[in-house]
Amino acid sequence: MSPRVVFPNKILPYLLLAPQLAITLVFFYWPASQALYQSVLREDAFGLKTTFVGLANFKKVLSQPSYIASVQTTVIFSVATAFIAIVLALLLAVMADKIIKGRGFYRTLMIWPYAVAPAIAGLLWLFMFNPTMGTFAYMLRAAGYPWDPLLNGPQAMSLVIAAAAWKQISYNFLFFVAGLQAIPKTLIEAAAIDGAGETKRFWTIIFPLLAPTTFFLLVINTTYAFFDTFGIIHAVTGGGPGKWTETLVYKVYNDGFVNLNFGDSAAQSVILMVIVIALTAFQFRYVEKKVHYG
Amino acid sequence: MIGLSRSSRYTAHAILIIGIFIVAFPIYYTFVASTHSLQTILRPPLPLLPGDQFWENYSTALFGGIGRIGGVDVSTLLFNTTVVALAIAIGKIFISILSAFAIVFFRFPGRMFFFWVIFITLMLPVEVRILPTYKVMVDLGLIDTYTGLTLPLMASATATLLFRQFFLTIPGELVEAARVDGAGPWRFFKDILLPLSKTNIAALFVILFIYGWTQYLWPLLVTNRNDMNTIVIALRKMVSFADADTQWHLVMVTCVLAILPPILVVVLMQRWFVKGLVETEK
Repeated sequence: MSPRVVFPNKILPYLLLAPQLAITLVFFYWPASQALYQSVLREDAFGLKTTFVGLANFKKVLSQPSYIASVQTTVIFSVATAFIAIVLALLLAVMADKIIKGRGFYRTLMIWPYAVAPAIAGLLWLFMFNPTMGTFAYMLRAAGYPWDPLLNGPQAMSLVIAAAAWKQISYNFLFFVAGLQAIPKTLIEAAAIDGAGETKRFWTIIFPLLAPTTFFLLVINTTYAFFDTFGIIHAVTGGGPGKWTETLVYKVYNDGFVNLNFGDSAAQSVILMVIVIALTAFQFRYVEKKVHYG
Repeated sequence: MIGLSRSSRYTAHAILIIGIFIVAFPIYYTFVASTHSLQTILRPPLPLLPGDQFWENYSTALFGGIGRIGGVDVSTLLFNTTVVALAIAIGKIFISILSAFAIVFFRFPGRMFFFWVIFITLMLPVEVRILPTYKVMVDLGLIDTYTGLTLPLMASATATLLFRQFFLTIPGELVEAARVDGAGPWRFFKDILLPLSKTNIAALFVILFIYGWTQYLWPLLVTNRNDMNTIVIALRKMVSFADADTQWHLVMVTCVLAILPPILVVVLMQRWFVKGLVETEK
């Protein structure tokens, strides 16, 4: 970066930064440091005395079968959500890239789910698929399939995955469309002249050139599935039936606010913090690379 | 384009139409449900076309039947959500544009330190500091207040990073010219920087409005009173599959009213929305 021309004021910049720093310190750094601090303490049953226990909380959390189960649930949920949302969006974006008329029309309808809150997305799907009055549940049953996502774990899981992936399609679609537009048409036309069919062109030219976009979306979708889907799970299944849909974020909330287990909740928070830091670092490393691709 | 047969173009249209069907159907179906009577909804399958109860259901949800929905009418919920979404969007833009201005156009001790302090907040979403943040809210008496619903969400690294990136592309000559002409930092900000940032502000506004409107975990934590709920939280409270008393037709109306405003913002401001989305995330 070349030296910039700047204003010489000494105090003004601090005043300009003050609002953001104040909010950041009070609502971000202080609570985060408290989470770190509490994660190495344990309160007695009456909340009267706290003792330093080192990494005991972490050991305890990581050895709980329910926590390991929750890690598995989160991985299944995130991988399935990201995979479905990316594959469907890629298919639709590639199709949208082929047509000439009506592209704007399709895009306008495709971006609706982005504006729907995750919790409401969950409710919309639950409305269609709930066993009491859901039309699709009715149809599944009429076809002889025992469908009850409120009692059956795997079915509940597929319902929240469907809602989560549905909501993310719009986002991925827009990025793939932008990515496809950046591919030089001459490349594709040259391949077409050389006799490569559409499928061949997709796998040998379009898909490799979209790899940076796909990879970026993979990171974003994973982050989304980890953190932003709390609303879907809370509204649709409440982590149940049993613990079938209890993801890590839902568990932190549940252990902290419902079961009031502060040491465990804090230790879980810190583990989540490590996950976010890893995901963010990953994302930014990748963005650096993308700049070089240019 | 060369190499695309007519039939493959038709296939593309067909697949897109199926895609649209999957993507738009849940929203359409909710609208359909909101125009039927409770009895029709409770007897699946629900017809595919809107019923004749539109005015009836909507007027009941908006102006009557207040006791039915947690003691709060939908207009209060809509008002709360609008306040929250607008305050978060405007507050975030205001706070971040100021800090980006400070970081790019001034040199002062600790500049990079403060930049990192802001940057690291990216890694501290509510979910990872949920209990202690709640405690701070209680200590400050911010539970059930608009301040509590909005202020803590106003600081974020994303908007600051975006403005910083954009400001870095502004040529130094512009600053120099402004200084030669005797403009102070405030004048420069108001007369040069703000007009140049107009598109970025519009793009960011759409994204942040949606962000504010669709908040879930935060309002769930900091509101107890029903009349301080946002519409998303209220909807969640209204729905109970075990309870035969749930007024489904009114729930559906509330659902439609909860998703309509953000959809309108996204569709009507589509150009800025797409620009904002594809550019902020880079």
